[in-house]
Amino acid sequence: MEIQSILAAAADGHGAVNPWAAIAYLVAGVLFILSLRGLSSPATAQSGNRFGMIGMTIAVVTTLLTHMPMKFGDATNSYTGVDPVGLIEILAAIGIGAVIGIVMARRIAMTAMPQLVAAFHSLVGLAAVAVAAAAYLNPQAFGIADAAGQIFTVSRIEMGLGIAIGAITFSGSVIAFLKLNGNMSGSPIMLPGRHIINLGTLAAIIGLVAYFTFDQSPWVFWTVTGLSFAIGFLLIIPIGGADMPVVVSMLNSYSGWAAAAMGFTLGNTAMIITGALVGSSGAILSYIMCRAMNRSFISVIAGGFGAEASASGGGSKEQRPWKPGSADDAAFLMSQADTVIIVPGYGMAVAQAQHALREMGDLLKKEGVTVKYAIHPVAGRMPGHMNVLLAEANVPYDEVFELEDINGEFAQADVAFVIGANDVTNPSAKTDKTSPIYGMPVLDVEKAKTVLFVKRSMGGVGYAGVDNDVFYMDQTMMLLGDAKKMTDDIVKALNGGGH
Amino acid sequence: MDFIAIFSIFILACFVGYFVVWSVTPALHTPLMSVTNAISSVIIVGALIASAAAGSASSKWLGLAAVVMASINIFGGFAVTARMLAMYKKKER
Repeated sequence: MEIQSILAAAADGHGAVNPWAAIAYLVAGVLFILSLRGLSSPATAQSGNRFGMIGMTIAVVTTLLTHMPMKFGDATNSYTGVDPVGLIEILAAIGIGAVIGIVMARRIAMTAMPQLVAAFHSLVGLAAVAVAAAAYLNPQAFGIADAAGQIFTVSRIEMGLGIAIGAITFSGSVIAFLKLNGNMSGSPIMLPGRHIINLGTLAAIIGLVAYFTFDQSPWVFWTVTGLSFAIGFLLIIPIGGADMPVVVSMLNSYSGWAAAAMGFTLGNTAMIITGALVGSSGAILSYIMCRAMNRSFISVIAGGFGAEASASGGGSKEQRPWKPGSADDAAFLMSQADTVIIVPGYGMAVAQAQHALREMGDLLKKEGVTVKYAIHPVAGRMPGHMNVLLAEANVPYDEVFELEDINGEFAQADVAFVIGANDVTNPSAKTDKTSPIYGMPVLDVEKAKTVLFVKRSMGGVGYAGVDNDVFYMDQTMMLLGDAKKMTDDIVKALNGGGH
Repeated sequence: MDFIAIFSIFILACFVGYFVVWSVTPALHTPLMSVTNAISSVIIVGALIASAAAGSASSKWLGLAAVVMASINIFGGFAVTARMLAMYKKKER
């Protein structure tokens, strides 16, 4: 009965919104809120994810039921029933997507998560563009045009914004993906006069979206689309690799606003609620990342970070004495300690040392040492990335602490074990006003009684290209070598040492 | 639905999003991004409407293409989130 009446309403045309469908979309929206709410703790996160899946199922099934593909009888000039071919095409499209998506999700390495997320963002963007284009080509099907095919003014603005944001999300995410995946150099590409080009293009897009309300001719619509693809590309190419966590978060936000804009076009509450949630989520994450690097959002967008810094790196290179150490020394020092705080950085993940590191932690715990992990917000390549990498290596999440929760504990710690991190431990961020990283919150490793610093060589500097005073302090021992090999050697020494 | 009603829902949802996202623990920010990715693919609703509608073949095919893209995201996003969340374990004792 229910379904039949819904079908009848759908076949009826595109007039009144079915109240049951509207309620179903609202329920889906609420479930999406609950899915994010679940992420407030790892204990509830999995049920949160399930809420999200249920919400999505409700949204998809509701749409399928209310918008069945209909056969149109020429003779009767009316709908004559469900069109099976159309339905199979739709289900096949869902199936193809499901297979590709699940295979990608299963195969991806956790270190490659930022690339995967960027790739997914690009798909949301492109899907938004495709939906907006479909709505433009067939506005009556979406109930946004009068009988003469004139699209309503409000819908034109929504559609224009939807396609612009979607296209920017797509091309921006593609560039972010190529940079993160190493298909494109991470160093910023600076076009001459890029600020003028970018502002001009943005102004043109806004102007054309406004003009679109007066004139719905195809050239306006497709020019907006083309310019938006171009601006997404232009906006991301000058942004350096170090700023990619901000970019990925920002594109996350855009993908949400694109969904919200399409939600306005369709008058769909599930899309609007989700778009607002995702939009705010990405915006907050961008803000957190900017704060963690002490960079303003504007300066990230303006781009070029990393280009000027590498130039200034060579200046202060006087030879200062530093103390080398071996894996045996490190193993001895740590096994004698009460508390060891491990500070992992992205270099640790690149060397694939996380499993060896966890093994080292386990051995130390067996010796009665308290082991904690200190995570800087930009330790990985995207927000929370390092936590995922440690979780993958079976590090319990209650041993992993955020910067503000653990910074006070370095003063009581016997050993700070820094592996694959550099800039995030640099005390000059607190004292040296001329440093490019001045003002960035850093981990106070220099306060620990002993600092063990695993580093490939003394030559290399971090992303920001600044020397780190921690290297040259009396209590610091430099463990030079590959992060994984060094950790393996320490594990061997801890196993064989037998004291 | 009229524009003001929809706009009200949007603004309120922005505030809900603001408070909910700040309560997400930083340790789960990567799963947050992958799950927001999955749910923003609710745009599939628009894609399904386009692919079921009669009247324009190009609109229908754009819709079907969008259905494929959005479902890659939906299935991939939820699956990868589930995979990550399953790795977060408490200290065993």
